[in-house]
This record gives sequence, C-alpha cells and structure tokens, in this order.
Amino acid sequence: MTGFGFVYGLAARAAGFSPVEAMAMSLLVFAGAAQFAAIGYVAGGLAWPGVILLTALLNARHLLYSASLAPWLRERPLRRRALMAHLLTDEAFALSIAHFRRVGRADERGYWIAAIASTFVPWNLATFAGVALGGQIADPSRYGLDVVFPAAMAGLTVGLVTGRRELIAAAVGGGIGVVASLALSPAVGIVAGGLLGPLAGLAIPRTAAHETAPLGTPASAERYGAQGVPHEPVAPPDGQAVVPPDRQSNQPPDGQAVEPSGPPPDGGSA
Amino acid sequence: MSVQLVLLAILMAAVTYPSRAIPLLIPGIERLPRRALDYLQLVGPAVLAALAAVNVTVVSPGGKPAFHIGVEWLAVIASVGVMAWRKNLLLGLALGVVLVALARATGLAA
Repeated sequence: MTGFGFVYGLAARAAGFSPVEAMAMSLLVFAGAAQFAAIGYVAGGLAWPGVILLTALLNARHLLYSASLAPWLRERPLRRRALMAHLLTDEAFALSIAHFRRVGRADERGYWIAAIASTFVPWNLATFAGVALGGQIADPSRYGLDVVFPAAMAGLTVGLVTGRRELIAAAVGGGIGVVASLALSPAVGIVAGGLLGPLAGLAIPRTAAHETAPLGTPASAERYGAQGVPHEPVAPPDGQAVVPPDRQSNQPPDGQAVEPSGPPPDGGSA
Repeated sequence: MSVQLVLLAILMAAVTYPSRAIPLLIPGIERLPRRALDYLQLVGPAVLAALAAVNVTVVSPGGKPAFHIGVEWLAVIASVGVMAWRKNLLLGLALGVVLVALARATGLAA
C-alpha cells in the first residue's frame, strides 16, 4: 500500500499534477486504480465528463463490496456507515470481510483499523512522500520515471485478468485504444477502449470464461488492491459465501437479478 | 500552484461515493442485472489496458498522434513479466525504471 501510494505520488507529479491536486485525489477519491487512471486521462487530454464517466465505471465495483459488508454492518448508526463508505477500498474490504468471518461478527473497530490505520493513512502518507520527492526531480524522464505510469497500468491489468473474459476485454480494449488514438485522439482512444473492450469480453460465454475471482468477492478485491501487499487468506474453508448465513437465503433463484455478495462458484479461493 | 484538478477530484469522489455508500445505507438497492455486473467486471481490465497501451505506443508531437516504438515497450514488458512472476508491483516498476534510465544514460534510447 505505501509503495503503491508512493508511486502514485511520483507519477502524478511527473504528469504535472500540483502537490495539492495529487493529495486531493488521494484524500477525496481514495481509489488507487482510478487515481492512476486519472493521471492518464488528464495527460491524454480527456475532457472532464469522460474522466468522470470512466471513474464511475471503474469504481462501480465498490457497489459489490459495499453490498457484501451491508449485512454485517446494518445495525450500525447511519452516520457511521456513511463515513465507513468513504473509506471502503479493495484493501479495506478484503481485510475487514476476512476479519468479520474469522471472529463471526461485525467488529466495527476492526473495520476502522482496516480502513484507516491499514489503508487511508498509509496511502495518503505515501502519496505525500511521492509528491514531495517527485517535486524535487526536475526531469523525471531522465530517471525513467515516465515509464512508471504505463508499467503500473499494465501490471494492474495483468492482475485483473482472472478469466478469459477479462483477457479479451483487456486485449481488445488496448487495441481499440491505440487504433482510436491514432485515428482520432488519445482521449477518444482511452474512452473507446474502456467502453468497448468489455463488450468483446462479454462475447465469451460464461461457461467458457473460467472466472477465478468474481467481482465483489475478496479474491477480486485482492486483485484490485496493491499487488505485492500481503493479505490475510480470505478464502472460506468451507466454500461458504462472504455474507452471513441469514442473508444467503435471499439469493435470487432465477438469475434475473444478482446478489453481488453471493458465493463465488469456486468457493472464493483467493 | 495549480488547484484546478481539485475540482476534478471532488467530482470523481462524488461519482465514487454512491457505489461505496448506497448498499451500506440502503440495503437491497444494489441488485443489478447479471449482464450489467458482468460488464462492470470487465471495465477495469479494459480501461487500464487502454491507458497502458495508449501511453506507451502513442505520442503526439505537434498535436498529431503517431505510433511510437521505443525502449518504453521493453521496459513495460519486462516490468509486467516480473510483476506476474514475483506478484510484486513495485519490483516490476523498479526494473522498468532502471531499464529506461540506463538506456537513456548510455545513449541507447532518447
């Protein structure tokens, strides 16, 4: 987490973000992949509505984390749940859901520790360190720092490929992005790749997708989280869902709607 | 010091917060059609791949986009290889940075 935040700070400064702007992203958005992506959007000249649309889509996965935690936290006061929501990240979800399962109840203090002490504070301190150091480097490209951003994006992409659908979506998204960038502009290319790539992925039948980390599960959260950061093993040993038992009966029977917090087909192995 | 992007950060936070908060605050409202969930699962890989590919292969000298082949390609490929092998993002990034810095310092790359 700290290393990832540090690299974000460096990359943001290298892309021309001021210290205040880079820190505002970490404090307010507080979503690593979206923040990294925003660097690329801005550098590529993408108009703000496009940035906002892609951010909303990229961060929509939090909907599933939140849904998974909701049954555990529903007895907590509304105001505290509202604050918890801002601090809900891939890492906070993975850590807290594992903790809740281990202790068999919603431990609010455990959530705050996961969200604040383990995630929010280190992320922002690391961003600050990266921003401070990045500001001291007059020519980041001389030291190869300009490659940090594309390498980080490529690495995160590889981490997110958990099945054939993701692989196709990434390959087609990248290809469309380049072609559209050359034909029109980088901004258009990024949007086109990001929106059309998933459609190509959906062409793969579910039965052939070989998905190993369905969205909204701890396994998925760990892939979005900072790679190289050790997480506790979160796979339930008995193949149970990440939701409390009383919630499992609410699964829609006909597949018309999906309970995001439902059990992954493979038992949620991380 | 520029603060223009602070407003963008606020707007990004504004569209992120509902995803984090709605199911926690209004349980049951988060149900989405399976197809929509499947699409959302694929947005991350697609948009990040598009960003990486465009950033490393497209340059815009004078405002006109052009295809670019350079040491950055090798660096990114090497980085990704290490990341996949060692499951460590930072190690991969460090390798990529060192490769590019060395290539430029020795005059092998611009």
